[in-house]
Amino acid sequence: MLRFAVKRALGAIPTLFLIIAITFFMMRLAPGGPFDKERKVTAEVAANLARAYHLDEPLFMQFGRYLGGLLQGDFGPSFQYKDFNVSELIWHGFHVSWKLGLSAMVIAFVLGVSVGSLAALRQNSVIDYATMGVAMTGIAIPNFVMAPVLTLILGLYLRWLPVGGWGDGDLAHAVLPVAALALPQVAVIARLTRGSMIEVLRSNFVRTARAKGLPERITISRHAVKAAMLPVVSYLGPWTANTITGSVIIEQIFGIPGIGRYFVQAALNRDYTLVLGVVIFYGAILIFLNLLVDLIYGWLDPKVRYD
Amino acid sequence: MTTATLPDRPIPRQPQPEEAIKGRSLWADAWRRLLRNRAAVVSALLLAIIAIACFGARWFGPYPIDDIDWENISTPPSATHWFGTDENGRDLFTRTLYGGQVSLMVGIVATLVSLVIGVAWGAIAGFIGGRVDALMMRTVDILYSLPYMFFVILLVVFFGRNILLIFVALGAVQWLDMARIVRGQTLSLKRKEFIEAAHASGVTNFNIIRRHIIPNTMGPVVIYITLTVPSVILTESFISFLGLGVQEPQTSWGVLISEGAKVMESASWSLLFPAIFLGVTLFCFNFIGDGLRDALDPKDR
Repeated sequence: MLRFAVKRALGAIPTLFLIIAITFFMMRLAPGGPFDKERKVTAEVAANLARAYHLDEPLFMQFGRYLGGLLQGDFGPSFQYKDFNVSELIWHGFHVSWKLGLSAMVIAFVLGVSVGSLAALRQNSVIDYATMGVAMTGIAIPNFVMAPVLTLILGLYLRWLPVGGWGDGDLAHAVLPVAALALPQVAVIARLTRGSMIEVLRSNFVRTARAKGLPERITISRHAVKAAMLPVVSYLGPWTANTITGSVIIEQIFGIPGIGRYFVQAALNRDYTLVLGVVIFYGAILIFLNLLVDLIYGWLDPKVRYD
Repeated sequence: MTTATLPDRPIPRQPQPEEAIKGRSLWADAWRRLLRNRAAVVSALLLAIIAIACFGARWFGPYPIDDIDWENISTPPSATHWFGTDENGRDLFTRTLYGGQVSLMVGIVATLVSLVIGVAWGAIAGFIGGRVDALMMRTVDILYSLPYMFFVILLVVFFGRNILLIFVALGAVQWLDMARIVRGQTLSLKRKEFIEAAHASGVTNFNIIRRHIIPNTMGPVVIYITLTVPSVILTESFISFLGLGVQEPQTSWGVLISEGAKVMESASWSLLFPAIFLGVTLFCFNFIGDGLRDALDPKDR
């Protein structure tokens, strides 16, 4: 298993390199530049700026310079926020985003698995139909609709919660964005869990467990749930990506100073280094999480072999 | 099943020369099963109505797209403006229909692009196999690990706001799953006897892929298409919501929802109606996809 993990980690290096290359050249070949502001600067100032940021060098040299910096852990200076370098900005944004994303994921996982299992155990009952109906609705309503509607009801009509901002990540400020991020995922996970749980409950090993006289509670919690988790776990990879990408929208709506917001601003202002930094950062996180998913998969399903 | 199909299966008799016994193809079978799925049929009808209304907005829309009613600025739904008006006094019903045009177009065009790339890529990789396969699928893996939403934003930045190019760009990032599905199908197909027979009778690789492989992968592909269309529509709405999508006076459901969300305190209808249209459309596609899956893959039921 260790060999598998090391192999995968090494395999990630060319992947990351390609991600960097694609992003770098797409960003550079896109029309516009970081210093195209409404107020025109003189040609001399523009040339000085370009020289200071090495924008006057050939593109491949700039790419080499960037990679060189990267190897030393230097993401370069931000074009937009003059007083910060990219690592500081990413750290600043991630500090907020991971709390948002992780709480949403934990809630979505726990709630989704419980609701889905409940529906499966009471298959074709009122509970089953009701929860799955709600889940269908949850999937069809995108989170950028969910978020304003929740804000409208809980924030503006009932005045229970603040409508925007992050505060210091205190509970009151976090409830709405986390809910808006988690609810569609709860629906997806509930449906996945229900489907696989129904299948698992009909399988031979569950019948064996029942036949040898295990109480239903233990049969389910010790045997069924673990096997029923497989499709949910394989959904974890893309799911993480969804939570992260979903957070771009959520951060925008609620005015949360997370990494997604930085990214949108940076892409619009052609803040080359910040865009690259964020993409690399998230690319690395995604690769790491996918590896984690594969390892968890092996733990849940003894039939999986690493080679 | 038996009672329902009885009328179609007459008691066997001598086949007359001119009416040979017709075999039922996979598709005919699937079609019959689909028609029996009430949720899917209702969804398809609803979707058809929405699509006709949107693409016929020129005729069904009570006003031109950018017509301003100076008497009714930001008014709630009424007899003259069914969905109310926005803060510029434009009829929201009309704009919702026109917005749907763009959203549905995005979904369809981008899905077609992803279909063409994905099917070709997957079929070729699976059929040729070996190093070519490894290389092609490795490429898919790499593209897969690009953070999707960030990549879409990059594409929009790269192509400017040209709506046609955004369609193509969305298709160009959506084909990965399609390629994987088709490749998997191709791998299991290429060992089958009929492919061997085609090889033996000297059919070229290109023609085998075109005539034998691709048609046989269509089942899962069709199911996947019904999932791709809503996901592209959703992505377009994301982009538009961020203010990077289509521009005035054109609109899409994403743009309308984004505008509606800004004024929802005072004008909740301008969020509500586009959101309902988008939600119902996504809902319908999901149900149709579920129905197709049951219809084409009955052993899963």
